[in-house]
Amino acid sequence: MIQVDITSKSFAGTQILGPIRFDVAAGETVAIVGPSGIGKSTLLRIVSGIDPDFEGRVTVPKSIAFVFQEPTLLPWRSALDNLILIHPNLTRAAAETALDRVGLSDKAGLFPGQLSLGQQRRLSLARAFAGEPDLLILDEPFASLDADTSQAMLALTESLIAQQRPATLLVTHDMKEAQRLAESILTLTGSRNGARVF
Amino acid sequence: MSDRLTPFLSIFGLLLLWVVAAQLTGDAQVLPTPWDLLPLYAQEISSGELFKHLGATLVRVFWAFALAMTLGMLIGLSMGRSARVNQWLDPWLVIFLNLPALVLIVLCYLWIGLTEAAAIIAVTLNKVPNVATVLREGARAMDPQLDAMAQVYRMSKWTRFRHVVLPQLAPFIAAAARSGVAVIWKIVLVVEFLGRSSGIGFQIHLYFQLFDVAMVLVYAFSFIIVMLLVEWVLLQPWERRTSRWRLA
Repeated sequence: MIQVDITSKSFAGTQILGPIRFDVAAGETVAIVGPSGIGKSTLLRIVSGIDPDFEGRVTVPKSIAFVFQEPTLLPWRSALDNLILIHPNLTRAAAETALDRVGLSDKAGLFPGQLSLGQQRRLSLARAFAGEPDLLILDEPFASLDADTSQAMLALTESLIAQQRPATLLVTHDMKEAQRLAESILTLTGSRNGARVF
Repeated sequence: MSDRLTPFLSIFGLLLLWVVAAQLTGDAQVLPTPWDLLPLYAQEISSGELFKHLGATLVRVFWAFALAMTLGMLIGLSMGRSARVNQWLDPWLVIFLNLPALVLIVLCYLWIGLTEAAAIIAVTLNKVPNVATVLREGARAMDPQLDAMAQVYRMSKWTRFRHVVLPQLAPFIAAAARSGVAVIWKIVLVVEFLGRSSGIGFQIHLYFQLFDVAMVLVYAFSFIIVMLLVEWVLLQPWERRTSRWRLA
């Protein structure tokens, strides 16, 4: 269902990614691990269509959700509006349910700036799942959280993925997270001609 | 409480300064006291002259402001979003920014004629470059991560503009609008002074020729009062509402 076939990706003449090929079946979770700075985020930006400037072919479904490294919310809109504006088909009740599932039911009227980082991350997660995407992309969703919050967030993500079964692409530098969430793990390793998959 | 009083106290201080200066001058022909102006106000209001000319100026200010803001925002946004457009339009911007208002006004009157359209176009052209410059900075300061988010989630063009782009530009729009209104009404007066037969600028021209300082002040102050009202009743409440999320 999701076919990624990248020949190369360069920034200003420097090759970042070498040939990378992999598929993600519907309902499958694939983790991509590797040291920071290797080009994992670049790979996700290509797969999600944010960065169209590369050589190769990427086939993905239309309905994609992206959980960015930063929560990337609209700071001038309330938590509830952050769901409803992004998903116009979502009813108010459905949006409230979505907030409830990530434990933010009492924060619906607050602005993102009034939430803690952990709560903002959960809101960003709710936004991703609210659209019932065919492809879910997670870019280091548990980074820079304290151990407890990070564990809670991991469990929450796990149960949401189990409920909706989207094809999931997870980028992390933590092997334990990858093993817990993913069915298969790809390792991105640097080489002279950009990073490759092993 | 004292915070709300401060602007009034500050204006009272200015009035006090005026009274002292008028007493020191001792000649109502050169500088009349504030209360010398009151009967003149009553006279101009009851004859209907004041509101007629005030209205004419306000209509011109409104049109020039609306046109300058719209055009300036379009140009500034496209320059800020596209390096290519910016390269092409930047020299134009520098030229128009440095063209004296008077030159544009005279040329518009010469080319288009002494008409209402020429007057409004002249004022608009004077203001567009400033609005474009401010909005270009706003467009450059926009968060690329939010752009990526809007793209991945396939937000519609309108929703994206209304809820992602506009809130980021709001402080820049407010800055352009505030300096915009202040500059525009001053240029409108010059335009009226030079080639219109109505408006505050026309009246000031008339009483300038009659050396009537009191009437010049009457007309000048009436418009300053209107602009203060615009600032306090429209601009500041709008700004407070759009920046509510920052303070929450």
